[in-house]
Amino acid sequence: MDGWLALLQVLTLVLVLAVLYRPLGDYMAHIYTSRHDLAIERGFYRLIGVSSRSEQTWPAYLRGVLAFSAVGVLLVYAIQRAQAVLPYSLGFPAIPEGLSFNTAVSFVTNTNWQSYSPDVTMGYAVQLIGLTVQNFVSSAVGIAVAVALVRAFALRKSGTIGNFWIDLTRGILRLLLPVSVIAAIVLLAGGVIQNVNGFTDVTTLSGATQSIPGGPVASQEAIKIFGTNGGGFFNANSAHPFENPSAWTSLFQIVLMLAIPFSLPRTFGRVVGDNRQGYAILATMATLFVVSLTAITMFELGGAGTAPQAAGGAMEGKETRFGIAASTLYATATTLTSTGAVNSMHDSYTALGGMMPMLNMMLGEVAPGGTGSGLYGMLILAVIAVFVAGLLVGRTPEYLGKKIGPREIKLASLYILVTPTLVLAGTALSFAIPAVRADVEGTSIWNPGLHGLSEVLYAFTSAANNNGSAFAGLTANTPWFNTALGVAMLLGRFLPIVLVLALASSLAAQDRVPATVGTLPTNRPQFVGLLIGVTVIITALTYFPVLALGPLAEGLQ
Amino acid sequence: MRSTSRRDFRQYGVALRAMLIFTVVLGMLYPLSVTVVGQVALPAQANGSLVGADGNPATAADAVGSSLIGQSVVDSDGAPLPQWFQPRPSAAGDGYDAAASSGSNWGPENADLIAAIGERRAQIAEFEGVTEAEIPADALTASASGLDPAISPAYALLQVPRIAEARGLAESDVRALVESRITGRDLGYLGAESVNVLELNLAVAAL
Repeated sequence: MDGWLALLQVLTLVLVLAVLYRPLGDYMAHIYTSRHDLAIERGFYRLIGVSSRSEQTWPAYLRGVLAFSAVGVLLVYAIQRAQAVLPYSLGFPAIPEGLSFNTAVSFVTNTNWQSYSPDVTMGYAVQLIGLTVQNFVSSAVGIAVAVALVRAFALRKSGTIGNFWIDLTRGILRLLLPVSVIAAIVLLAGGVIQNVNGFTDVTTLSGATQSIPGGPVASQEAIKIFGTNGGGFFNANSAHPFENPSAWTSLFQIVLMLAIPFSLPRTFGRVVGDNRQGYAILATMATLFVVSLTAITMFELGGAGTAPQAAGGAMEGKETRFGIAASTLYATATTLTSTGAVNSMHDSYTALGGMMPMLNMMLGEVAPGGTGSGLYGMLILAVIAVFVAGLLVGRTPEYLGKKIGPREIKLASLYILVTPTLVLAGTALSFAIPAVRADVEGTSIWNPGLHGLSEVLYAFTSAANNNGSAFAGLTANTPWFNTALGVAMLLGRFLPIVLVLALASSLAAQDRVPATVGTLPTNRPQFVGLLIGVTVIITALTYFPVLALGPLAEGLQ
Repeated sequence: MRSTSRRDFRQYGVALRAMLIFTVVLGMLYPLSVTVVGQVALPAQANGSLVGADGNPATAADAVGSSLIGQSVVDSDGAPLPQWFQPRPSAAGDGYDAAASSGSNWGPENADLIAAIGERRAQIAEFEGVTEAEIPADALTASASGLDPAISPAYALLQVPRIAEARGLAESDVRALVESRITGRDLGYLGAESVNVLELNLAVAAL
């Protein structure tokens, strides 16, 4: 019974995403290749001082990304430090330095890791002019970088790759903002709150006082999900009834978080002039998604482990209105994208069920991944797959008529090394430095034993992959985690972007070589299989040892 | 070298101007517009789905709670009150603290969680006068938010005899009320069947 209903829920999701795929993908292709500016955009370009006709080389494009992100970090940091004097702050004091740094980095990098409990930390001013703004712009930055790479496949002998300011502005004004307005109103109708009431004290049935929170939640919730951000207005995130009141709002949020990432392959196919290339990428993403979802749902419905067995089901950390299947679907969608919002607490999942969100992030968040970052991550893996195939048959590898030479493969290889290095080094250092270890074990870890290692591993996996979900028992508001996770988020976001833009430049500079009988077709099921294999093998080889120490050991004991 | 640093400087100027304009549009105008729509077109939802003692939508002044937020029904010592349907265990503050939403985050092998489940099972079995095996999982586990407004139909039906006795009502009447209050799955298959505890309690008080 539960299994069939779970399947119906997934079929609904597949149907909605299938309907969106072509129109949304084509629309995004139009946005990012159109030569026409809207009147409001022309005014905006004049105000900020850029010309919409000027093209940028990759270093200039990168400087735009970095300058814009640096300004974002400084601004969000300053706003938090000034909270005490800002209006609508609910009387909360200024955020301390370490936490302000971590949070500023977190929201600018599209991670939305939260070392704090928003209910008792963040007033409305910080949430609105700091965090909501970054929810929009960090997502638009990710899409901009992805389309720069996509366009580079189509360009020939070009020294430039587009204009960052144009891509950024169009993504916000033509895509993220209009959809967010509609989504916010839909969520409002479902019961998500939108007010500036502060706390409302009511006298409950038993005569006690309950302080019911307020807040401009719907407006933030919409872009939190649609931009694959994930930072909750409340501590319980999308498990909080005011963020996610019902099973249908939960599915609506899942559609929102998957809409852009699953439609970007269409944009890719459209821009490179072969829609079947998009379908191949889509098929790879969808296959990984379905396999992962099936596994976690079986683990949770199975309810293995001492506590779930004692309770008669894995309901610890899950909401009644969602039940198990709607919780595992959300957990899968949120960690296979870079969202990190949760409607159930992953820390309380069964050992193997809790391993799946980690594994999803370790895949590199490519199935379908975050807004933009998912597509460029998958295209990097496609470059590697083409290279592996070239080695097997002894031919110079090409992808979409572009030669994958030493420079391209070096950039792709460096890309896939970045996040594993950050994850494994961060986790290792947490236990290898004696003073840090004492603090991590004494202060931060909530669940003792193997599960404690999983909490730390989850934190670095989430930060380095810019996800933001957590095994939330971990107390991360400590100098070590605020700093180390902050650094992991920064490097995990911007090093890959540097490498992707450099790759875009070298692809754009090439002419297109014509396909021959020796060219590996990259739009057929054979290539999909190869790409899935490359993705899984890279992840498995990298992370198996550490997974064996944490969730695997806990699940098999 | 000089031209590079000048270009850098220019990019920062562009970045700052862009960020400030986006802050006004996305951080102020956008949420303000949604707030206006919410307060004008959907005020009940926008203000937290508050309900009054009669079970109807209410304003802040005469609300007894929110239909979306669970609440504790215990006496001043924390013992469950027999005349009310009891919600799930909660890890939000001292229980259903709406200003401190939280799950327990206890892992599947956590000794504290295993002990808590055992204690809750014994306590509920005694309170309801049922065998330990009859108690459903949601009654023994804390929700993700700590504010779960609902319980499973099984847990609601389990509480019927005790409620009927405490209120001097016919068991069949209370059972019929619970059955009429079961919220089906959205669209027939999304999520799980549940019963909203606050709404059920307001209805049983009106019987």
